Amino acid sequence: MKFHHKHLLTLEELTREEIELILDNTTGFKEIFTRSIKKVPALRGKTVVNLFYENSTRTRTSFEIAAKRLSADVINFSVSTSSVQKGESLLDTAHTIEALGADIIIMRHSCPGAPQLLTRHINASVINAGDGPHEHPTQGLLDAFTIKEMKGRFEGLNVVILGDITHSRVARSNIWALTKLGAKITIAGPSTLLPKAFARLGIRICTNLREAIQGADVINLLRIQMERQRKNLFPSIREYSLLYGLTEERLKWAKKDVLIMHPGPINRGVEISQEVADGSHSVILRQVTNGVAVRMAVLYLLSGGEEV
Amino acid sequence: MKSLLIKNGRVIDPSQGLDDTLDIYISGGLIKQLAKNIGKKAADVIDAKNLIVCPGLIDMHTHLREPGREDEETIYSGTRAAAAGGFTSICSMPNTRPICDSRTSVKYIHSRVLELGIVHVYPVAAITVGQNGEEIVEFGDLVDAGAIAFSDDGRPVMNAEIMRRALEYTAMFNAPILDHCEDLNLSDEGVMHGGYVQSLLGLSGIPGAAESTQVARDIELLEFFGGRLHICHVSTMASIHLIRRAKKRGVNITCEATPHHLTLTDMAVKESNFDTNTKVKPPLVSEENRQELLRGLQDGTIDVIATDHAPHTAKDKDLVYIEAPFGLIGMETAIPVLFTDLVHKGIITINQMIEKMTIHPARILRINRGTLKPGSPADLTILDPKKQYTISSEKFFSLSHNTPFEGKKCRGAVDTTIVDGKIVFSKGKIMGNETV
Repeated sequence: MKFHHKHLLTLEELTREEIELILDNTTGFKEIFTRSIKKVPALRGKTVVNLFYENSTRTRTSFEIAAKRLSADVINFSVSTSSVQKGESLLDTAHTIEALGADIIIMRHSCPGAPQLLTRHINASVINAGDGPHEHPTQGLLDAFTIKEMKGRFEGLNVVILGDITHSRVARSNIWALTKLGAKITIAGPSTLLPKAFARLGIRICTNLREAIQGADVINLLRIQMERQRKNLFPSIREYSLLYGLTEERLKWAKKDVLIMHPGPINRGVEISQEVADGSHSVILRQVTNGVAVRMAVLYLLSGGEEV
Repeated sequence: MKSLLIKNGRVIDPSQGLDDTLDIYISGGLIKQLAKNIGKKAADVIDAKNLIVCPGLIDMHTHLREPGREDEETIYSGTRAAAAGGFTSICSMPNTRPICDSRTSVKYIHSRVLELGIVHVYPVAAITVGQNGEEIVEFGDLVDAGAIAFSDDGRPVMNAEIMRRALEYTAMFNAPILDHCEDLNLSDEGVMHGGYVQSLLGLSGIPGAAESTQVARDIELLEFFGGRLHICHVSTMASIHLIRRAKKRGVNITCEATPHHLTLTDMAVKESNFDTNTKVKPPLVSEENRQELLRGLQDGTIDVIATDHAPHTAKDKDLVYIEAPFGLIGMETAIPVLFTDLVHKGIITINQMIEKMTIHPARILRINRGTLKPGSPADLTILDPKKQYTISSEKFFSLSHNTPFEGKKCRGAVDTTIVDGKIVFSKGKIMGNETV
């Protein structure tokens, strides 16, 4: 089976089979990590550009390592915050990057749909590395891969996504990937941060932490951001932590073998306690490792590679 | 002035309850006679067989951008776009640069229209100085200068006390307030209708309540303090419910809806992959809300169809969604879209469409147009209800191309537009460069 997309913009537009294809390829690429020489020639001669309109060391570095392990030439194009204000510069920058010979552009932007705008104006492949609160497809894929690796299946799993769902691209990409793969999703958090319309997707919406995580196989925590408090979406970080902070005590409400996931960076003591973050249920660092393998698989498939 | 005879057309004039095959004789810029088989000789004869002849269409909500943004639209281009859309009279909204809030500005528009316009333009002046929402304009002087109505369109009057005084004071002149209802605290940084599609896309939402809470407020103010209130571009179910109930208890309120709100939904944002030509205020709503708009159109709650023609350059629209300006153009797409999606689908009759674009806006604006009664100014529009027409912004007379209807296949188009007895548009072409 070949991957028939030129771009990776959303997980919403992928079929279950396409997601499974990426996950299967990821297994192959992860195997490379155990070798002494962690590099394959799959993308030799290709130019991959990281075009990040928002600061992100983690995702950018992960893509950079992934591309380098595939032998691509990698250029990091960081855009100063001031020019982000002007949309013209987005297209001008993109045209410039393409003229320099980019084959794949990896883009992060604060506005939903920004990568879609890019694809209308340039010929290179585009990978969405996060477009505002819309989607972050490689994060959804790496979370799915991690669950598959740890649990061996998706069917019937209870996955809880906890925190600020409204403003989370991680939540949306997880919802699309995991529902297509057969997991049962609950979104949980304060009512002001839960899009009620998501009920239409057949997912459970819950504002009570105990109810939400009872019987959970996986809890995926989202970073809570201070700026939401300034918009009065919740009264204080203190209250958020009181109602939704995940502690060892509260973890007992979930299944014994529950997985704790977090896309990082984590706020220790806010959405997650020190003990839970570093505890035996946590697969947070495994997610980071898997992120590289998933991104290798995506880069490989988008540049026309056959299954490894 | 040349005489004109329009023969064999299906004449629809809701102001007289007329729908019949008739000839129309025009002379001296006025409608002289409506009858079967008029035998008079005329300088020009139009055979309108298989066509519909109606009073010249009136668009009471347009933005002509002059003065200030002549790269987006001018009085020259905007009146040509109007003529091509079948509109013989349009209202120009005051959010130009400078804002139309003074006698000088109104006079400027009038002088430019006299020089360059080919349809009638009725300037709407601001409610508050510079649309600042704080200090009311010199309503009396503006009415005297020729302002037809008042509106802070695009910048809602957030202070209820200011809106109260504006309603009370303008009542002296019987001038309507054209009310853009939007609670700016609720709409906040929203860029599309708050709901299911918005939740999927992760764009900030504008809740329907941003409109309806202010509709409710202004109905209350109208009932308490009097005045004349017309709600612009109504978009939500809740607003329709409020206006319908107000009308039932006899409140003197009117409202309009736009062709885009009547025919598109918030799904257009998703299906177009975040095309910024779907970004407009109020935002395109959910199908559930749209269905209520259609009921409002059918039962008369919605009095008027107006386009809210809002030109923006491609340069300004080719930005990421949150940065692009709100607004889309509508004068040259209104008739094809309304025919295709409402009339031919049996949602409204052709007579309903015409009355909401002729006599209803004329009555609200208190202008002696929108009718074919003998003695009236000879503003007429001839429509071809069967013409196959594909919308292509390349062919627009507007300087801007920001339409969400690009490429739409339509049935029904404007054939001819006649202003004061002169043919200004016919079969795709602007006729001559004469001014009205």
